[in-house]
Amino acid sequence: MSISSPARTDVAELAPAPVLLKSVTKSFTSKSTPGGRVDVLEDINLAIPPGEIVAILGPSGCGKSTLLRLVAGLERPTSGVVTVDGHEVTGIDARCSVVFQEPRLLPWRSISGNVKLGIRDRSGAQEIDQWLELVGLSGFGDYLPKQISGGMAQRTALARALIGHPGVLLLDEPFAALDALTRMQMQDLLVDVASRLGTTVLLVTHDVDEALYLADRVIVLGNRGEGISEVIDVGIARPRDRSNPALAPLRGELLRRFGIHT
Amino acid sequence: MSTQAPEQRVVIAGPSDQLPAPSTPRVRVSWLGAILLGMVVPVVLLGFWQWGATNGAFASSQLPTPSAVFGALLELIERGTFWSHVAISLQRVLVGFAIGASAGLVIGSIVGLSRNASRILSPTIQAFRAVPSLAWVPLLVLWMGIYEGPKVTLVAIGAFFPVFTTVASGFMHADRKLIEVGRAYGLSGVSLVTGVLLPTAAPTIFAGLRLGLAQSWLFVVAAELIASSKGLGFLLIDSQNTLRTDILLLAIICLAILGKTTDYILATIERRTLRWV
Ligand SMILES: Nc1ncnc2c1ncn2[C@@H]1O[C@H](COP(=O)(O)OP(=O)(O)OP(=O)(O)O)[C@@H](O)[C@H]1O
Ligand SMILES: [Mg+2]
Repeated sequence: MSISSPARTDVAELAPAPVLLKSVTKSFTSKSTPGGRVDVLEDINLAIPPGEIVAILGPSGCGKSTLLRLVAGLERPTSGVVTVDGHEVTGIDARCSVVFQEPRLLPWRSISGNVKLGIRDRSGAQEIDQWLELVGLSGFGDYLPKQISGGMAQRTALARALIGHPGVLLLDEPFAALDALTRMQMQDLLVDVASRLGTTVLLVTHDVDEALYLADRVIVLGNRGEGISEVIDVGIARPRDRSNPALAPLRGELLRRFGIHT
Repeated sequence: MSTQAPEQRVVIAGPSDQLPAPSTPRVRVSWLGAILLGMVVPVVLLGFWQWGATNGAFASSQLPTPSAVFGALLELIERGTFWSHVAISLQRVLVGFAIGASAGLVIGSIVGLSRNASRILSPTIQAFRAVPSLAWVPLLVLWMGIYEGPKVTLVAIGAFFPVFTTVASGFMHADRKLIEVGRAYGLSGVSLVTGVLLPTAAPTIFAGLRLGLAQSWLFVVAAELIASSKGLGFLLIDSQNTLRTDILLLAIICLAILGKTTDYILATIERRTLRWV
């Protein structure tokens, strides 16, 4: 699949950025637990070179979203350091764009207006229609969020993240709300955009096949507080064939990790 | 299957043709019908009123007929006083509401946005709020004399509290997930307030403004009943003293119409502004 990429306007911002997590732990204070705190992430060490796509798998509640939020600068680590492009993340980082687990569109803005938010300070307003077209929403620019479906909203959120040409793309189960066909199309769009822009991608997913189709590396998190339990190198060039037989053993291994018999 | 243009490379299967048009026109089933339905109860009430006033159950000094009230209207218009009573009450409400609501918006925003400002200001404001507002009247008259000052101030006090309370809580309870989106996409400070907080709080703020407007009418009548020589509230007390029940009822009807009309205007602005809700 090939996509005519929107014109690049600001090359400096496109530079893919490496992400580094060094001995990162994250605890939340909590009144309902005995110690008064929950340890969510424990001693996470992860070095993501620029342009790599990393999938994060793990059971619900293990801290996948929290990990993304740490990289985005929406949360501060309890200890350890997170760096993006060599700079410690201490607040919102303009190099990162986030697609949250829910679409989180601003209900008072049109679909175009919501995508426009992702441009930040760049001058890229003329790209809005192109991105809407890429996520299959051309013609819906003037709709309000209440007038579109959940899957369309999630695709709007994807366009909002991509239009900023982020150095790091943080995706929290971005395709979970889509039907199977649209999900595959969006996965292909992601592969295409990421390879074209060289974006570093952190993708949280519940879907083993999605992880294997998209990622260079799959990081498996253990239960809450256990940290990284396994790292799997996929080592197959993209774009991949969904029925590539080389994926089958990796798939079996991952599923066994989650206690599913294959 | 697809509704997209053929040259598009990413083709999304989707029932886009089943979706509503971008600007769904509010279905005006029948604008006239709505008005007619709204008139049913008033007309029935009018009928009962006429019947009660003429069947001998009430003395005409207690319950004059609708036509007598209409006669009172013509009489006051002829005397040249009717419009000045209406105008002065309306002016007091509008000026007082503008002052009180603006103060409520500003102080409510500050308290809603800053936890520290809330800690500093809220206890005092809550204490003032606990004072029954009419208790201020003697003091206001003492300080400001008997002219417009105390009346407008009382109306402003009445408008302030509902607006203040709703604005503050609207900001405090703004959707944190949307605020996070705004922050993640580079909004902060003023741009975050105007770009995310204000719109999320807008429905609550409008509710507060409408409450404040209703309070303003309440308070203008109270102020005019107590200390005034003009206005609809004065007309109420004056007609009671002179046993002109027809004028008294006329004043009540005028208040109902004015209150409803000003609320309707605000509601229209609200509906236009909050199309996205
Ligand atoms: N702000 C917070 N305060 C307290 N606890 C929190 C907070 N955010 C997350 N947690 C806790 O941290 C744990 C991990 O949350 P997180 O959202 O990262 O899970 P997740 O792996 O994304 O789960 P899911 O797959 O269901 O989305 C949860 O147990 C949650 O209760
Ligand atoms: Mg999550």
